[in-house]
Amino acid sequence: MFGFIASRILQAIPVLLVVGFLAFALFTYVGDPIAIMLPQDHTEAQRLQLIHDLGLDQPFIVQYWHFLLNALHGNFGNSYRMAQPVLTLIGERLPATLELAVTATILAFAIGVPMGVYTGINRTGWLSRLFMIVSLIGVSLPTFLLGILLILCFAVWLGWLPSFGRGTVSHIGGWWTTGFTSWSGIRSLILPAITLGMFQMTLIMRLVRAEMLEVLRADYIKFARARGLTNRSIYFGHALKNTLVPVITVIGLQFGGIVAFSLVTETVFQWPGMGLLLVQSVSSADIPVMSAYLLLIALVFVIINLIVDLLYYAVDPRLRVRR
Amino acid sequence: MALLDVIDLSVEFPTRRGTLRALERVSFSIEPGEVLGVVGESGAGKSLTGAAIVGLLERPGRIAGGEIRLNGERIDTMPPEAMRRIRGRRIGTIFQDPLTTLNPLYTIGRQLTETMQTHLPLSDKAARTKAIEWLDRVGIPAAGQRIDAYPHQFSGGQRQRVVIALALCAEPALVVADEPTTALDVSIQAQIITLLKDLTRDHGTAVMLVTHDMGVIAETADRVAVMYAGRIAEIGPVAQVIRHPAHPYTEGLMASIPTLTHRANRLRQIDGAMPRLDAMPPGCRFHPRCPIAIPRCTAEQPELMDADGTRAACWVQAHG
Amino acid sequence: MKARLARAWDSDLFYGFRTSPVALAAGLVLLVLIVAAAFAPFLAPHNPMDVASLSLLDSFKPPVGMADADWSNPLGTDNQGRDVLSAIMYGLRISLAVGISAVVLAVIVGIAIGLASGYAGGTLDAVLMRIADVQLTFPSILTALLVDGVITVALPRTMRDAVQIYVMIFAIGISLWPGFARTVRGSTLVERNKDYVLAARVIGVRPWRIMLFHVMPNVIGPVLVIGTLGLGLAVIAEATLSFLGVGLPPTQPSLGTLIRFGNDFLFSGQWWVSVFPGLTLILMVLAINLLGDWMRDALNPKLR
Repeated sequence: MFGFIASRILQAIPVLLVVGFLAFALFTYVGDPIAIMLPQDHTEAQRLQLIHDLGLDQPFIVQYWHFLLNALHGNFGNSYRMAQPVLTLIGERLPATLELAVTATILAFAIGVPMGVYTGINRTGWLSRLFMIVSLIGVSLPTFLLGILLILCFAVWLGWLPSFGRGTVSHIGGWWTTGFTSWSGIRSLILPAITLGMFQMTLIMRLVRAEMLEVLRADYIKFARARGLTNRSIYFGHALKNTLVPVITVIGLQFGGIVAFSLVTETVFQWPGMGLLLVQSVSSADIPVMSAYLLLIALVFVIINLIVDLLYYAVDPRLRVRR
Repeated sequence: MALLDVIDLSVEFPTRRGTLRALERVSFSIEPGEVLGVVGESGAGKSLTGAAIVGLLERPGRIAGGEIRLNGERIDTMPPEAMRRIRGRRIGTIFQDPLTTLNPLYTIGRQLTETMQTHLPLSDKAARTKAIEWLDRVGIPAAGQRIDAYPHQFSGGQRQRVVIALALCAEPALVVADEPTTALDVSIQAQIITLLKDLTRDHGTAVMLVTHDMGVIAETADRVAVMYAGRIAEIGPVAQVIRHPAHPYTEGLMASIPTLTHRANRLRQIDGAMPRLDAMPPGCRFHPRCPIAIPRCTAEQPELMDADGTRAACWVQAHG
Repeated sequence: MKARLARAWDSDLFYGFRTSPVALAAGLVLLVLIVAAAFAPFLAPHNPMDVASLSLLDSFKPPVGMADADWSNPLGTDNQGRDVLSAIMYGLRISLAVGISAVVLAVIVGIAIGLASGYAGGTLDAVLMRIADVQLTFPSILTALLVDGVITVALPRTMRDAVQIYVMIFAIGISLWPGFARTVRGSTLVERNKDYVLAARVIGVRPWRIMLFHVMPNVIGPVLVIGTLGLGLAVIAEATLSFLGVGLPPTQPSLGTLIRFGNDFLFSGQWWVSVFPGLTLILMVLAINLLGDWMRDALNPKLR
């Protein structure tokens, strides 16, 4: 078991290093930090001095090393646009994104899995067809469009829910901000969470359905029927368990998708999260933020992959046999 | 009264190109405790017959005519819930591939106790004890520990033993065994067949043994039905069918089996191939390949008729 | 040739298409959209790009059915008097052009890498697939965004607007190749061990010829399915990027850009500027997905 984890971590390190390298290359070569940091009328001597101060006259490898060291300490330099340490900026925005992402994931799961199971078992039938149509629209609907339509409907026309912002937030634990403590915070969360979760929900539903259909065709299901087992134990015992195993991986990776699509949702709803930060930095060529984001995202994905692998290991007994 | 009566069973498959008749008026019966072998080439309809009997025909296949009676009671028209109670409890099934027949995510103990508790009123503890007994009886060593193992931790032969245990644990009166040894090593095949034979004899269970292996039939069966192109060509006591086959197809089958007692330079074979479902010849389905066909064979399809100790569907060899 | 057409008409695939109302409807809708897009300059009632023809007097006309509307602008106009219907048609052109080009790029790269990887095996395979896997863990939209952002920044400012559309195509295409590569590789692995490949190798046919002429025709099926669904993804990706403001410049508005423009007017009540382009987008992607879904079921050997 530990060998498994260790080997996975070992595999993850080169990935991180490569991404780190890309992030660093981004940082150094694209855009010109010097030009931005110097006042308009600078002398050549000042420029050289700054280069020396920043360590930019050192060999490439040394710079890379410093970059990595700094990164490990959480020092990504200062944002060009906001003139604040990148880490602070990210820290401010992280709770917002996480709260949104987690809510959306829970929503996607809670609705997607049962719907998928239902449509997998009852292939025909009007409710199944309805679900399938909804799922098809869900997949064809770009996230931002859904957000816009929801805003139009619930905020502009009906006026039930707020259309932007996070509502009233409170600080807990010194650094985290949460919107769950206020009614306006929760109300503000509803539309963005639905928007963000919708795509994932339809994906989950279709995946669960497809897996369910595949599993129901398997020989062991045929044998279970031949033994006279009840529909209940066949569907919710044998079939469901075997369905969930491959679904788990995808669901784990879906969290990554949610983090990505939060970009769009945050933009539409002006939700003060990391996604909005990234979009703003891409359009203003704020390299430090972009490269820090890159590295951070890579880290998140590696961790998620590790967790998913562990889950797989826990659920599927076949993986525990090591020759 | 026979345990199982199959009367004029027909199975068809509606397809885009027309309806294909996979089984055409198949009739036979099985007495309590007897072993009926069902032989034939691939595609002759043996497995379909078994599937139809337990009500597990795969869509779009459906029963197009005839009756299936278990202890006199019709089961082909039963509602699904009633049929479910019959499956496992009164008719057990053994499938071909032990690798895919067992759910890889459940322990074999769980699969056993689940089956038993579905059909018999047993407490968890009692079910578990019985499960261990069954594993023991099918020859799994250290049954007490192995009961919590997963299917992938067993060898192919052992898995099939578990499958046999699963088929018999609810104590059915009839077991349909569909090619139970085909997927196994030759050395294991004999063991499995012996196990099956012993267990069913001890419990008085009847067996419908579907296979294309005549050797297994000779060893195990009391009677044998030879199927060809969706019909029964010949049916009778094993010894009689093997030594004095009446139907030309059976005759060809027996002759094509190589033996050590007879020197020959070439293997005998039956010329031609079994016709496809959408290209059935009129009259007797075997007539294009038959060495003794007469004009009547091309026009009328023969039914099973008496022929010297067996029953055969042949205008020439049998007399109605 | 006639015989080949007749065979194709009668083939299972086409028969399924002919008799499936869903597939037919989707195909029809798509055809209409493609024609509208391709022939926009001829079919559109107005030219929204032609500044001279615009008049502020026409601004914010609502769509037909509401007060003050008329049939010369059936879907209304935006804040500068541009006809929404025409803008949609021109926008469709861009959206489809970018989407199709991106998918074609992804397919070519994906097939090339997939074939090479599957056929060669060994280290090449391991390395290429590792790269694909790593990229697959990132959602394609993120990859597209980052690639787009990096290249845009790397280019000198003057060039940016002109090549933006190619940068987009490249970014989206790059974000989609791993899916194709993995599928093609999988199929190649299966085919590689088949007898016809062995026969070709024994005769001495060079590897690339084997890959291209013998193996590839057999792996086209799944590629078609993924390609169709990928087209949907590409179109959505382009729309999203344009909506976020990191996509095409305002002089070549795609449907996504149009939606972004109109977003500002949602609260003041002129919803049609955003909603109609949005509905068109949904319709197009829906049709693509329906077609792709149907194709997947039709080509799946296990369901036949």
